[in-house]
Amino acid sequence: MKLKLHIWRQTSPRSKGDFQAYDLDGVSPHMSFLDMLDLLNEQILEEGGEPVAFEHDCREGICGSCGMVINGIAHGPEKLITACQLHMRTFKDGDEIWIEPWRAAAFPVIKDLVVERASFDRIIQAGGYISVRSGSAQDANAIPIPKADADRAFDAAACIGCGACVAACPNASAMLFTAAKAAHLSYLPQGQTERLQRAADMVTAHDEEGFGNCTNHGACQEVCPKGISVDYIGRLNRDVLKATLSGVEVTTR
Amino acid sequence: MELDAKIPDGPIAEKWTRHQFEMKLVNPCNKRKYKVIVVGTGLAGGAAAATMGELGYDVHCFTYHDSPRRAHSISAQGGINAAKNYQGDGDSIFRLFYDTVKGGDFRSREANVYRLAELSVNIIDQAVAQGVPFAREYGGLLDNRSFGGAQVSRTFYARGQTGQQLLLGCYQALERQIHLGTVQMYNRHEMLDVILIDGRARGIVTRHLLTGEIEAHMADAVVLGTGGYSNVFFLSTNAKACNVTSIWRAAKKGAGFANPCFTQIHPTCIPQSGEYQSKLTLMSESLRNDGRIWVPTKPGDERPANDIPESDRDYYLERLYPSFGNLSPRDISSRRAKEMVDAGQGVGPLKNGVYLDFRDAIQRLGKDKVSERYGNLFQMYEKITGEDPYSVPMRIFPAPHYTMGGLWVDYNLMTNIPGLFAIGEANFSDHGANRLGASALMQGLADGYFIMPLTLGNYLVDAPSGGVDPDHPAARDAIRECVAIQERLLSTGGKRSVDSFHMELGRIVWDHCGMARNESGLKEALKRIPELREEFWRDVKVPGSGADLNQSLEKAGRVADFMEFAEIMCWDALTRDESCGAHYREEHVTEEGEAKRDDENFLHGAVWEFKGVGEEPVRHEEPLTFEHVPLSQRSYK
Ligand SMILES: Cc1cc2nc3c(=O)[nH]c(=O)nc-3n(C[C@H](O)[C@H](O)[C@H](O)COP(=O)(O)OP(=O)(O)OC[C@H]3O[C@@H](n4cnc5c(N)ncnc54)[C@H](O)[C@@H]3O)c2cc1C
Ligand code: SF4
Ligand code: FES
Repeated sequence: MKLKLHIWRQTSPRSKGDFQAYDLDGVSPHMSFLDMLDLLNEQILEEGGEPVAFEHDCREGICGSCGMVINGIAHGPEKLITACQLHMRTFKDGDEIWIEPWRAAAFPVIKDLVVERASFDRIIQAGGYISVRSGSAQDANAIPIPKADADRAFDAAACIGCGACVAACPNASAMLFTAAKAAHLSYLPQGQTERLQRAADMVTAHDEEGFGNCTNHGACQEVCPKGISVDYIGRLNRDVLKATLSGVEVTTR
Repeated sequence: MELDAKIPDGPIAEKWTRHQFEMKLVNPCNKRKYKVIVVGTGLAGGAAAATMGELGYDVHCFTYHDSPRRAHSISAQGGINAAKNYQGDGDSIFRLFYDTVKGGDFRSREANVYRLAELSVNIIDQAVAQGVPFAREYGGLLDNRSFGGAQVSRTFYARGQTGQQLLLGCYQALERQIHLGTVQMYNRHEMLDVILIDGRARGIVTRHLLTGEIEAHMADAVVLGTGGYSNVFFLSTNAKACNVTSIWRAAKKGAGFANPCFTQIHPTCIPQSGEYQSKLTLMSESLRNDGRIWVPTKPGDERPANDIPESDRDYYLERLYPSFGNLSPRDISSRRAKEMVDAGQGVGPLKNGVYLDFRDAIQRLGKDKVSERYGNLFQMYEKITGEDPYSVPMRIFPAPHYTMGGLWVDYNLMTNIPGLFAIGEANFSDHGANRLGASALMQGLADGYFIMPLTLGNYLVDAPSGGVDPDHPAARDAIRECVAIQERLLSTGGKRSVDSFHMELGRIVWDHCGMARNESGLKEALKRIPELREEFWRDVKVPGSGADLNQSLEKAGRVADFMEFAEIMCWDALTRDESCGAHYREEHVTEEGEAKRDDENFLHGAVWEFKGVGEEPVRHEEPLTFEHVPLSQRSYK
């Protein structure tokens, strides 16, 4: 196949970027989207240019590194996958493809398609864990967990921290990410002790990082490669409310 | 090179307990004064950094990723072993120990493996307490599955994302320590060298991947949890950035590199679809629990899989290994698949795969049950190949996956360089010549949560500490060397891309030091690798500058190290003139076509001492003894 690519090129965080057009020939429908970008980069290199910077590592939809908006949709047109899992058979000969980075105040662009997502780590630091010291745990089967709860916790824990939810949200809110982590832990008996504190602290950190408020657009759920449900946001909001009502004070960072 | 394994005295089942008691301790109030560097945030590095932070050490943790959560451990799918015997099927610490020693074809250290089996149970407890959502039965208790090389169900799993869930547990523990201020995290920092002062590891050199700044970080001990080197083959199941740099540079500074040729080829990966492909995808081995592997009996059979009747199918693993069948160990399953493809019985458009068929499982269990067990793997397969594994069999083929070799370490997980520790896949590990499925996660976490944080104290008590800063001449020299390498890469002004060199190197190593090896092939590789390396340094093209994010430069540095490292791998394969586990020398094969060990001459770990680029390295030996698992020819019939 032959494609026309429009790719966001930006040399540094402070410089002004813009779209540049590239013609790419010899794309096989069996290629993954990132194989296709590799091919383009080899071509750019040959022509003496600087390859397009993009993040990627596992190339199988689990590390959460790759993230780009493809034709206006975070991770591209196919549902429930990441950009690295997208295959070129989704496109056809002669297609034009627009590729740009996540755009959000809390995800500054570093170069081309690469953004900084350390804000996610800081939300986890605020409370996205169960406090347990290595070696101090009781037998794993001491607390049976109803399968339904374990499954729900798992569904939430499937989040890969890619940030597509933020990129898709008109408010650049990261509530889907935050709520997924909170739900993962709050469905488990082990996560109860810190539950309200965690909710209050994580949401505070979320806001301080410059992510917007959730106004129930649901765009996040549409693009989430792991199908994380917006219902978790309601669950988290209820916990935050409960925390406020029961006088939980936010931990200062 | 002095190789004292420092195995504690006493009966095997008491060694670790006794050792913990006998090790010297650092007073809790003094721990804060010791600065420890951890490189890597995978299961091994992440667990170690978090735990040492909890203990009160001043931990500085480095990764080249943008977040610790992205370490390659995240992609492990199938599961983690533990001798919990929750299924009541006769499992025990001794059995896990036994299976691991035997699975490793008698090339690992009994005492280490026993400790691993012993600690396996604590890992599951730890993970569950952290909130790792392992699969459960309806009654609420933990579920298990069986994995290759074992006849009991001892594998804990979290759908097809066991690595992710375990890593998130570990990452969360790490983030908690970062929050508490015991761990300082350095994302997007690539370690380029270890700094030795008076023969001890006292720091590292890193490059900040966004600013290009190359600087020294000093400490009282350095821990490498930097993963494996399967990417020497170019095509592997490892994440793209996985590399050998940290452990290779340590080897160049004098750390012994043990058994580099012990590399594992995983039997169930999606076959390559074309030359452009740069990464292979693993399909979890757990699929072999319910999938049946077969090829058409007739070579060149063009019929679609579902049109081939039972009588024309060869379920070769079930035929050759009736008791283990589709769950035969990885090395055996891989070699048999290669033989089938070599014999022209391969399937798929490029005839480069074998079938893994779920038809019978779907009939027996129903589609829902199969989907519950493997849903996300099936989805992943479909996304990649465009084929629906519920209705047509999957196609699979072996691919490089895991490296048993790594830095030599003693019982305390310390290399022969005092103060330099290696954990997880980066060390030469407890897996001998072949790792059993679901045992890498176990080893990484045992090293990280339970072993290294304790043995560290024993070292620090008697070691010099503090008093070195990044201005130390040794640090300045190391920085200068790293800068020089980078300048050279950027100024070569050649014509070939880094990837093209990597691909060529990978091809050489795969052809001659891959699934099957022989003397003439290895000699050929040892001739071609230096030639290619010479061409690399003459003709590589690295655009851009060293002063900002430059992914080509990062790759170039890693490939430059693979170019040197590949040679030592071939030396190891050549001089280990026997077959064992995954190391299959065509000259040494039993009548049944299995690896034929030579215990008289090779009952040892081979530990390599670097002597200069292009110079023949020196081979040392750590003798192995087997007192609890009697030496025997592996049999999975
Ligand atoms: C696809 C796949 C599936 C697998 N499935 C299973 C399974 O089901 N069960 C099982 O037991 N095992 C499995 N394994 C093996 C297992 O995942 C790995 O062996 C294990 O996770 C390695 O952990 P680690 O902590 O040693 O290293 P890694 O997780 O690879 O982490 C290495 C870390 O080091 C950092 N690093 C490396 N070099 C540098 C440097 N120079 N500077 C700075 N940072 C550096 C990286 O950023 C990363 O943080 C699988 C492996 C693969 C490839
Ligand atoms: S919630 Fe979904 S879209 Fe958001 S970070 Fe997690 S996986 Fe990505
Ligand atoms: S590269 Fe890992 S999720 Fe895409």
